[in-house]
Amino acid sequence: MTTAAAHRTDPAGAYGEDTAGTAEFERAFDAAVAADERIEPRDWMPDAYRATLVRQIAQHAHSEIIGMQPEANWITRAPSLRRKAILMAKVQDEAGHGLYLYSAAETLGTGRDELLDKLHSGRQKYSSIFNYPTLTWADVGAIGWLVDGAAITNQVPLCRCSYGPYARAMVRICKEESFHQRQGYELLLALSNGTPEQHAMAQDAVDRWWWPSLMMFGPPDDESQHSAQSMAWKIKRRSNDELRQRFVDICVPQAESLGLTLPDPDLRWDEERGHYEFGAIDWTEFWEVLKGNGPCNEERITQRRRAHDEGAWVREAGAAYAVKHTGGTGGARA
Amino acid sequence: MTNTDWPLWEVFVRSRRGLSHTHAGSLHAPDAEFALRNARDLYTRRGEGVSIWVVPAAAITASSPDEKDPFFEPAADKPYRHPTFYEIPEGVKHL
Repeated sequence: MTTAAAHRTDPAGAYGEDTAGTAEFERAFDAAVAADERIEPRDWMPDAYRATLVRQIAQHAHSEIIGMQPEANWITRAPSLRRKAILMAKVQDEAGHGLYLYSAAETLGTGRDELLDKLHSGRQKYSSIFNYPTLTWADVGAIGWLVDGAAITNQVPLCRCSYGPYARAMVRICKEESFHQRQGYELLLALSNGTPEQHAMAQDAVDRWWWPSLMMFGPPDDESQHSAQSMAWKIKRRSNDELRQRFVDICVPQAESLGLTLPDPDLRWDEERGHYEFGAIDWTEFWEVLKGNGPCNEERITQRRRAHDEGAWVREAGAAYAVKHTGGTGGARA
Repeated sequence: MTNTDWPLWEVFVRSRRGLSHTHAGSLHAPDAEFALRNARDLYTRRGEGVSIWVVPAAAITASSPDEKDPFFEPAADKPYRHPTFYEIPEGVKHL
């Protein structure tokens, strides 16, 4: 096992400016990636590889913690104690997933505080899906089934990502996401089999979440600016369109079992390809939401900043308590 | 003091009795007691552990950055340390 500690100090610094040495390190890096070995924190890696990972892991981590908001919105109004306990556990899991990912980013030499700063100041993004509102209780089910379902489809290949700490975080996350998806499906099923009003509520939620869920896989392959390089580095293992198709193929029969329809008149089985054909995605909407013009962009980031500011006293009190009781020697920052 | 001053801890979890503690991940906490509590909440939400160690990340000494470096070479040319190095006649038992 590799110990983790020393990884975090100046990961690039040890190698200096020696160009001849760098070429050799680069060959070793390329060979490791080609051989499907994992890159570990203190290995030499190209600056662009490091930057790509930090960007992707940060975006992923931010999505986990921003993603707590639309669902937490319904905790106080969950229809039963059982559903409430489940939803609390799920939202707590999302916080945990954020922490796993911030830790993974930290192994690349980028601190959590820096990433949070960039989130709060809008310099780093989170998944656009969380800029949509949760209007009814059924939305909690639709998020679990569709949003977490799309996330799982995206994340399973990431368990084999070339960067070790990210891959390990994803293994843990994928195990836990499975509960998220199943609770959402069960919730929708209960509504779908309930009163006509409940059934309609479930259908309405699916109608609103279906297209944004398909957008979660990112722009089409030929318009995705980072995809090719990420595939070459084996950070990304499957293309956006491939994953999107896989997700559609999985969802259609699941929707049938729910007794709900997917809001796409062009959806049909293509015998020849062995896949479902689906209609055109409204990419204008995607880019608008990404630019900050979604229904909840402002609300999400405001709430995030407020939570951070209101938590300041806890961070300060924890630090003061540590100094008082141990002289603050628990662990000097690596 | 901000959260950036909360030190980093490495978390090791024993998943069940009879197994050793295994590295699970890391977290920030102001002191050891909080590190333990945070580790419980972060890494054992589903009964993944019966015992947790937290170690200040700064207290860990690691071998050289390059995991293929000469530090591990002394072992490379000593195949006779492995039982498969030895040829034993067919039919000899319990060896």
